[in-house]
Amino acid sequence: MTHPQSFTDLLPKTVDEPVFNEPWQAQAFALTVTVNQGGLFTWDEWATCLSEEIAADKAAGGHNDGSNYYALWLATLERLVRDKGAASGDELATLKEAWKDNYLATPHGQPVPEPGA
Amino acid sequence: MPHDSHDHTDPPSDLTLRVKALETALTRKGYVDPAAVDAVVDTFETKVGPRNGAAVVAKAWTDPDFKQRLLDDASAACAELGFSGQQGEQLKAVENTDDVHNIVVCTLCSCYPWPVLGLPPSWYKSHAYRSRAVIEPRAVLEEFGVSIPEDKEVRVWDSTAELRYLVLPERPDGTDDLSEDALAELVTRDSMIGTGVAKK
Repeated sequence: MTHPQSFTDLLPKTVDEPVFNEPWQAQAFALTVTVNQGGLFTWDEWATCLSEEIAADKAAGGHNDGSNYYALWLATLERLVRDKGAASGDELATLKEAWKDNYLATPHGQPVPEPGA
Repeated sequence: MPHDSHDHTDPPSDLTLRVKALETALTRKGYVDPAAVDAVVDTFETKVGPRNGAAVVAKAWTDPDFKQRLLDDASAACAELGFSGQQGEQLKAVENTDDVHNIVVCTLCSCYPWPVLGLPPSWYKSHAYRSRAVIEPRAVLEEFGVSIPEDKEVRVWDSTAELRYLVLPERPDGTDDLSEDALAELVTRDSMIGTGVAKK
């Protein structure tokens, strides 16, 4: 049995902690809330899948401090979007690469266009 | 890599690209409206947070009828103040007393009463808190600097997607003359999770 982790290394960070540490976390969170409100999945389904992702991460020896929480959140959203047939894994992978290509093709300082737009 | 060149834009992190791919796919298929996504971000960054819960607690401290309504049906009582859930979840208020101290956890993920507390702090999402709060709540409370006498019961509430909890902390002594707004200043986020007490 591993020694229970102390909170002493977690607590000082919690005063005035920002709601989101990086913009993608806010986007992933808000996308989830919006898609849920649209009815693609119930919040119960969401919590079940997120719990599974967190448990699997813990079993695999993942971070113990909650720092990868939104990465697991994002993986959960991708999984539900695939499972519910809203978008395939291939579609998401293709779009991701297309976004990356558009960044690389856009001169610095100019807005990066949406793929295929 | 042409890092000094201005003929391209450095792509953001892999995580950011994955989120952008999701948003593009879901927008094209009509599952989300980007404006609605932006509105959710704005709400959680600027409008929803523990100040909402503090207002609820301060009102409960000063208005016995409201307090009773809060304990009877916290969702409805918080809605009176304009704080309503977005996932259709029920909210339950649990009252700290001379005999009972309440502490809230979500052992499986991180269910949390968003409308009144905003989004959870890092430690609430950590494996350590989620597992230890149930196994040894008194030890966890000690680490938060909260010492609960042996003869006081500690009740641990495990949140779910459908039911989330708000701790109604004890009103500090010597605050009879304070206004509701001044009282709200004493109500910390942690005091409403149960890992703290109201400021004196």
